[in-house]
Amino acid sequence: MNHLDPVRHVRGESSYLDDIPVQQGTLYAAVFEAAVAHGRLRGLDLAAARAAPGVVRILTAHDVPGENQIGGIVPDEPVLAEGTVHFRGQPIALVLAHTERQAQAALHLIKADIEPLPIITDPRVAAAHNELIVPPRTFRIGDSRTAWADCTHVFEGVAESGGQEHLYIETQGAYAFPTEMGGVRIVSSTQGPTAVQRHTAHVLGIGMHQVEVDVTRLGGGFGGKEDQATPWGVLAALGAFLTRRPVKLVLDRMADMRMTGKRHPYSSDFRIGLDADLKIVAYEVTFYQNAGAAADLSPAVLERTLFHCTNSYFIPNVTATAYSCRTNLPPNTAFRGFGGPQGMFVIESAIAKAAEELGVPASEIQRRNLLRENDLLPYRQPAEMCHAEQAWDTAADLYNLPRLREEVAEFNQQNERLKKGLSVMPICFGISFTKTPMNQSRALVHIYTDGTVGVSTGAVEMGQGVNTKIAQVAAQTLGISINRVKVESTNTTRVANTSPSAASATADLNGKATEMACQALRERLLRHASTEYTLNYEGLEIRNEQVLAAGAPAETTWEKLVSSAYWRRVSLTENAHYATPDIHFDATIEQGYPFAYHVYGTALTVVTVDCLRGTYELDAVHIAHDFGQSMNPAVDRGQIEGGAVQGIGWMTMEELIYNEEGRLLSNSLNSYKIPDLYAAPKVLDVHFLDTPGHPRAIFRSKAVGEPPLMYGIGAYFAIRDAVRAFRPGHQPTFSAPFTPEKVLLNLYPPVSARSAAAWSSVSTSIPATTSAAS
Amino acid sequence: MLHFYLNDHRISTAEPAGSALLDFIRYQQHLKGTKIGCREGDCGACTVLVGELSADGQTVRYQSMTSCLTPLGNAHGKHIVTVEGINAASGQLTPVQQAIVQEGGSQCGFCTVGFVMSLTGHSLSNKPATPETGLAAIDGNICRCTGYKSLERATAVLTGQLQERPATEALNWLAEQQFVPAYFTEMAGRLAALQAELHEPAMHATGIGGLTNGSFVNGPNGFASAARQVLGGGTDLLVQRLEQLREIPVRLVFDLAELRGISPVDAEGYVTLGAATTAEQLRASQMMNELFPRLPEYLKLVSSTPIRNMGTVAGNFINASPIGDLTIFFLALDTEVTLAAPTSDTRTLPLHELYLGYKQLAKELEEQVVSIRFRPPRPGEFFHFEKVSKRTHLDIASVNSAAWLQAKDGIIQSARISAGGVGPVPLRLHRTAAFLEGREVSIETLQAANHVAQQEIHPISDARGSAEYKRLLLRQLLFAHFLQFFPEQLAMRELLAVN
Repeated sequence: MNHLDPVRHVRGESSYLDDIPVQQGTLYAAVFEAAVAHGRLRGLDLAAARAAPGVVRILTAHDVPGENQIGGIVPDEPVLAEGTVHFRGQPIALVLAHTERQAQAALHLIKADIEPLPIITDPRVAAAHNELIVPPRTFRIGDSRTAWADCTHVFEGVAESGGQEHLYIETQGAYAFPTEMGGVRIVSSTQGPTAVQRHTAHVLGIGMHQVEVDVTRLGGGFGGKEDQATPWGVLAALGAFLTRRPVKLVLDRMADMRMTGKRHPYSSDFRIGLDADLKIVAYEVTFYQNAGAAADLSPAVLERTLFHCTNSYFIPNVTATAYSCRTNLPPNTAFRGFGGPQGMFVIESAIAKAAEELGVPASEIQRRNLLRENDLLPYRQPAEMCHAEQAWDTAADLYNLPRLREEVAEFNQQNERLKKGLSVMPICFGISFTKTPMNQSRALVHIYTDGTVGVSTGAVEMGQGVNTKIAQVAAQTLGISINRVKVESTNTTRVANTSPSAASATADLNGKATEMACQALRERLLRHASTEYTLNYEGLEIRNEQVLAAGAPAETTWEKLVSSAYWRRVSLTENAHYATPDIHFDATIEQGYPFAYHVYGTALTVVTVDCLRGTYELDAVHIAHDFGQSMNPAVDRGQIEGGAVQGIGWMTMEELIYNEEGRLLSNSLNSYKIPDLYAAPKVLDVHFLDTPGHPRAIFRSKAVGEPPLMYGIGAYFAIRDAVRAFRPGHQPTFSAPFTPEKVLLNLYPPVSARSAAAWSSVSTSIPATTSAAS
Repeated sequence: MLHFYLNDHRISTAEPAGSALLDFIRYQQHLKGTKIGCREGDCGACTVLVGELSADGQTVRYQSMTSCLTPLGNAHGKHIVTVEGINAASGQLTPVQQAIVQEGGSQCGFCTVGFVMSLTGHSLSNKPATPETGLAAIDGNICRCTGYKSLERATAVLTGQLQERPATEALNWLAEQQFVPAYFTEMAGRLAALQAELHEPAMHATGIGGLTNGSFVNGPNGFASAARQVLGGGTDLLVQRLEQLREIPVRLVFDLAELRGISPVDAEGYVTLGAATTAEQLRASQMMNELFPRLPEYLKLVSSTPIRNMGTVAGNFINASPIGDLTIFFLALDTEVTLAAPTSDTRTLPLHELYLGYKQLAKELEEQVVSIRFRPPRPGEFFHFEKVSKRTHLDIASVNSAAWLQAKDGIIQSARISAGGVGPVPLRLHRTAAFLEGREVSIETLQAANHVAQQEIHPISDARGSAEYKRLLLRQLLFAHFLQFFPEQLAMRELLAVN
């Protein structure tokens, strides 16, 4: 079963936002943004821009008819700045003109009078000033404070991971059309159509029923179009609402990179204690999340960092505290893994630190502490149907970890300039929105009288293959060919009150709803068949479009059955609602059962570092992954390969650089590098573990979107291993990404102490000392 | 007016020659298969094929180019191919499209057409289809979804199929196999007819030939309006000044036959390059590969296949980036540039004298590079180029460097070292070179030379690295040259042991 969309993709026939035929009278919008990261907005001179050729209207906060507010979790984000600007790139005004070029040209004629205020870009500085988005949260199990006494070894340190630009190849955008009852219809490149609908209604001061949002597909999302697609949808709608003309707003690449939030950079303090057998007894960690200037999804991202702070390990005594720190950067947001990778990087750093101090391979500690059945995670959910050890042992066996280790050692002995490094990276990732109420979905299924089927859900297709899986669910449940099934665009008037396509849960949630709707339709049609053709209902089924009675072909096919049902006035439409069962979480005590299930896996990574030049290559990543019973191995393999390489990018070359003024220096594809063809591992093996899957997964096929990203963390530790092969005993600061710059500076430590500041061109970086805050 | 073929259709347009081909395709012709990803040649989502009639008029040579940086004027007289121009009318997939679908090489689909075009260009090229050339064909295409492995598998499938491609009459075979529609077999004839038409005197008089109509000038008599912006492959100017280029008259030089070409080594030992010689033409030149046996390695580090198809050597020089790869390469080769202008004498100056300060050139506005002359290394001489960037391929260097050396009996007779990314201009490290001359190749010499070099450079911290890193990296690359030249005399550990 192939992914369905690619046949259109390869012919260039798939329609994305910018491909929609332009309606006559369309105005083009361009966003005037703050050029300082923090300041009082004292005045705005629009006169020259208003007089510029083609300019029809310029909108500011004063033009907002409803409430100037688009904050999702916390109402702290105006759609157009008012009073104060909080980050460079914050939208202040919207120019509407006859052509895109005219709108862009007018931006240069606007003058903003902004009185500068102090700028904070460092999360620890923000925390010291009590600039927190929400109160800090602490997950606790056992008693880490008293447990230190039981530890033979205790180590502490600091770990930092950088942000990550989503770099969906299709930039953000929306195209809004006025509708006849004073409402708007928005085509939006968003993962969350309902969010765009809700915020638009709020900003325009109209009911949600007056706002229709439609999404055909996205040219990549990765979390970057979950909350951050909203401003552009709302702004286009605002323009269309006020001018009663269609308004199109598409960000160019550099504007997109400047104005939108990214993966959260984290700076964290850790302390880890082990007993004489290398069992981890206690772990304390404090996370400083760089949230940017507004909440966006930061509190939820922070929560998932806590959920995954012990990765795939059982630790009896854990105290994990997380601060969401307000800085003057664009509001950071969802990105594949959603805080989980940041939490996992710290525990892996802590284990590496312990291993390096003790002179044992990190894998010795990792393997000994893997989760086993019914071990409690720090939030008290037990590891059920746990495959952590199976994943590790299968990978170690299948790809011969001992031999890989020997080969690396042998190579390093024989080579001076090139050194190889090896790492093992196990993962455990919880599936479900951690906000329990969001784990609901709906599907609307129409069977047309010719037997073809249209399915609408809340799922947004962004390359992850969710539409293919939904079509598979419908076809398989109804017993018909997938060629009869069309998955419709995602539209708020067909399926309302949807959760965004996120949290890896989209196929599970929307697939389950589709399955329920199709089951109901199947049952209804078979009931009809039993009366129409006087057949025993028990034992009736539809397979390959043929109705079978007790296994033998009955006198009707799918097409005939549908037609006869219509003439007997049997409903051929079903609307189903699915809510993930059994899950709950109480944030007041930070305990519960938040995840439908967990996904496990292990990656072995081998790299080669050129110790003359500081550059490196990824030789191989060998993965054993828990797909459950994969319903589409081609799609699922693609998610693992793509996720792993994206994670490798985050850990190696993707470096967001803001200066002290909060200006993004890595602001284009020529200065912000994501993996290219040659940067991908030369070998990338994906082994499908033999696991039963989980009943709460659609067709027992486990969620697959986010977990593989964290295999990329293995690249960091493999490079570290190679660096230490060249410079035995050296312990690089735990600082990701491990760019060629950091590699070289670690291979050849500068003589002068001053050079330790070499990395502080990244203004968000932190002095490498243990912070007092905890 | 500009005249060319876009897919199966003849185009005549008065759109500005300096505007982007991408905008013409998407917003004038409404062909939406070609996507906008970055508008700076760094993602490949807008890749198209540009077919040029060969000198014999019998075949069309297709190259992949990023349409975001291709000046529309550079389409003049050519065959531009977008995905709509290769799609089979029947709805059937071409072998390239089929391989990508089959191997799961497309997820969100936004970059996919770029890969389809690059691989179709690879099928049409006369390079042997090997795993390496297949991957090189897509080295300018960025995909954020797949992690590339599925696209590598698709490329491997195609490499297998292309083994059957005959050496002659390849186009007929490709059309039979439906890599391209049948009309491709007629394109050589159509382009020949178009060019004949454009060269008719009557057409010249009306400006249809494109030589004098005011919007652009691309003929040999172009000097009549020298103040026009000279526009070559577009790879720098369309990134930096796209909006302005639409508005001003430009002088297109990319297709001027007299500005292309690589001469054989002359009696004085020099090679002369036409100013509009592309990086790809250097890479493909048999003579250049003989003169620089590691040239493919060096040029693999320079941008990507489509950009190498577009970027010219003189364009790299005149862009005056402190980090231009070709500039650094040629600086160490005693290269000279010849500048011509309508109102002053043609003059020649050493490349390193062209750079006065950051983006400041010792060149009058009306002057234009017409040729480039350099002395390739002779037997017994050493030459090497090094480049390190955050991402090894398709990236701008943090530091790059080239070195040329004469040595005899372990004594350095003569040296030239260039270095990029360590100052406001592409540097020749004259003092370092002078220091090396007359000294023996030894660890002490090199460490001392590095001390001299460190005083000649002034790197700044930016997105490509901190100043400290660039200093360290320059040392490493300087040593890398010598480790390359004298592997027997120098041990890396010892060389790097002392600071």
